[in-house]
Amino acid sequence: MESKDLITSAANTWCPGCGNFAIEHALKDVVAGLVADGTPLEKIVLVTGIGCHGKMADYLGVNSFYAIHGRTLPVATGLKLANPDLTVLACAGDGDCYGEGLEHLLFAAKRNVDVTLLVHDNRVYGLTTGQYTPTSPLGFSGRSTPQGTPEYPFNPVELMIAAGATWVGRGYSRRLSQLRELIRAAVGHRGFSFLEVFQVCATFYNQTKYYDDHVYDLEAETFPTSDPGAALDAAREWDYSRESRIPLGQFYEAIYPTLEERLAEQRAKETDPVGVMQRLMAERT
Amino acid sequence: MQEFSVLIGGRAGEGINKASAILNHLMARLGRYVYMYYDYPSLIRGGHNFAVVRSAGRPVWTHRDRVDVILALDQKTVDQHLSELAEGGVVVYDTSAVKQAEGIGVDLDAIVREEKAPVITRNSGLVGAFCRVAGIPWEVVDGVFREEVPPKYLDANLRVVRRAWDAVEERGRIERGPMKPLPVLTGNEAIALGLVKGGLDAYIAYPMTPTSNILHFLAGFAGSSALTVVHPESEIAVILMALGAAAAGKRAAVGTSGGGFCLMTEALSLAGQAELPVAIVLGQRPGPSTGLPTYSCQTELLFARHAGQGEFPRLVVAPADADEAYLWSARALDLAWRFQVPAIVLADKTLCEGGYSCSFDPATEVVAPPEPPGDVPRDPYLRYRVTANGVSPMLSIGTPGAVVKVNSYEHDEAGITIEDPETTVAMQEKRLRKGAALAEALAAYETVAVYGGTDARVGVVSWGSTVGAVREAAAGLPVRVIQPIVLEPFPVEAFRRAVDGLDRVVVVEENQTGQLEQLMRVHGFSAGARVHRFDGRPFTVEEMAARLAEVV
Repeated sequence: MESKDLITSAANTWCPGCGNFAIEHALKDVVAGLVADGTPLEKIVLVTGIGCHGKMADYLGVNSFYAIHGRTLPVATGLKLANPDLTVLACAGDGDCYGEGLEHLLFAAKRNVDVTLLVHDNRVYGLTTGQYTPTSPLGFSGRSTPQGTPEYPFNPVELMIAAGATWVGRGYSRRLSQLRELIRAAVGHRGFSFLEVFQVCATFYNQTKYYDDHVYDLEAETFPTSDPGAALDAAREWDYSRESRIPLGQFYEAIYPTLEERLAEQRAKETDPVGVMQRLMAERT
Repeated sequence: MQEFSVLIGGRAGEGINKASAILNHLMARLGRYVYMYYDYPSLIRGGHNFAVVRSAGRPVWTHRDRVDVILALDQKTVDQHLSELAEGGVVVYDTSAVKQAEGIGVDLDAIVREEKAPVITRNSGLVGAFCRVAGIPWEVVDGVFREEVPPKYLDANLRVVRRAWDAVEERGRIERGPMKPLPVLTGNEAIALGLVKGGLDAYIAYPMTPTSNILHFLAGFAGSSALTVVHPESEIAVILMALGAAAAGKRAAVGTSGGGFCLMTEALSLAGQAELPVAIVLGQRPGPSTGLPTYSCQTELLFARHAGQGEFPRLVVAPADADEAYLWSARALDLAWRFQVPAIVLADKTLCEGGYSCSFDPATEVVAPPEPPGDVPRDPYLRYRVTANGVSPMLSIGTPGAVVKVNSYEHDEAGITIEDPETTVAMQEKRLRKGAALAEALAAYETVAVYGGTDARVGVVSWGSTVGAVREAAAGLPVRVIQPIVLEPFPVEAFRRAVDGLDRVVVVEENQTGQLEQLMRVHGFSAGARVHRFDGRPFTVEEMAARLAEVV
């Protein structure tokens, strides 16, 4: 299968210059690579929330569940528990995943369900035309905060390391080859993978120059990704508000049993529910 | 044969619930039909918990105003319930905790201390004393305790039971009933087993009274079956996990009460739009808001019927007792999958936590065998193919050769988002056609139960657990009792047949605004009178009889 075959005929409605094109490109290449390496296409599923990122469900020719705002991760968890053979990807937005559905993000990390989450973080609500999100900087002037937001942003990378995500990384829509490699590594990780992606919003919050001037790569060879302390230090280098250098790359990886593995251990092999029911009723008689 | 009611009361944490389960079991073992009412406030220690176990030679569905025996673990039980003691009745009490009472006292403190048994075994001791007083043979008592008490605690319990048994004298003998002993299950347990019978693969729930015990029961069940049971972070996560599982082809059910169902409504609408099957157990308890969390009501009929934005078909069923709860929970899950709709089992606290003699056999088939989707085209696969009855052949995510696109937006047949008016209309109409097809399929079932009164001029209509009290109170009255079991799609034809020949209809409901009556009116049926109750407590037989006498 060629990666161009993974694009549906749905008309693309992202704005010109939107960072989502690069994410789509990288995702389709990763999916094509998975298929080339032997994962049947039908075993791959993409869950999306609602927002500009969500259109990915229409555009990629893979199994998809175009869910509701903020709720990608419980859907992804349900899919994975129902069929552990599935490779489950979720795309969410920053408003979607850090705002409306934050509790699901924390719990997905806590549970270590084997799902790969890409957060398209443009740090602004695009589809609702320009309000601040949980990762907009202090003072962000949006349509709901014309005097500037009075809140500090979340630092989602720090948050995810603290919450127990077993794979944490950050990419940028204008660093395509690195982004592709990060997605590939995140999907390859067994457990919950969290990949924050700076997605430039060309219309409402174009941070291209700021990112281009500030990002640098964590050295893939030398950065100690198994050290949570080092990962947290790197995550804290930039707090999404103050001026500072911004590290990109893989921050952290740890290997623990996944939710579905632990559940499978607990589950009995017996599949005679009528027999179990009859025994139970006899005990009550 | 003679009816018999026993009330056991004490503080929360003294094991009233377990004691009532043992009393249920004892009465069942004597061949009697059992109903158990369990009443408790929303706290963990202290307060006042009580249970009434009523048994008879015929089916019973509620308790009476009077009880024959009061078993008191504390003074409050005597103070609060002595006025309910029938003439000739007796109080059996723990002399170490009850200072003012007339009746048969047993010093359970001393027994427990001398036997070096855990304090909690006082409940067993009191039941033991009761069994002797009521003339239940020791072999029966011994056998029931052996089945009810885990081996680790059995010895201590049996020692205490025997000591209390020896400390009192027989006062009479409960008659043995005519039947072979039937299991006594709570409504929650029957719902759980019904879901399993309907092919349940996963049960997902966040604890909430009165349905938490479905979660506990199935979590135990999962230890000896292939069932997956998950308790996630919120009711929002609960239903979305269930919908994710459904998209991957697994039959999932969720359970909650009104507040949790509020949180689920956005995803209920997603199930409607994305055509994902899910069974939702909605155990009603009085609101608004936190309300009376451990009591009962019937206030969510219209909510269940209308919840969620947009217009989409759904199934709502309201069983009245444990046998119906089993049957209709199985059917709800089955119909959810056959028509790719959400299905709501509308229960209430009285049903969920009440105990009932059950006569269903898990081996008997209660739903149509699943129809394989047949040869469904996969290139491309049209998840939302427009069909005559609106039901699109469903392949799950993971099916070889198929790309399955599930979508919360309005979509075309392939599941790709659209906004054009023609496709919007075609898809909306397709979904609503499933509702009509569902109504047609339901016609094969008894959707409206009718009890007695073939020649009656007056009908008494009720729903859910209230039906049992109506049936008992109506026995001997020239009335026909009518119970719509399916509430959405409303079984108009079956209901019309049920009220045929009646001059007048009375509607009995545990709410203030007459929700079933409103629903009847929408379908052209009017009521001449109504009985409402909304204090959280179910009707006793006598209360129901008195209220019916005012209006029939």
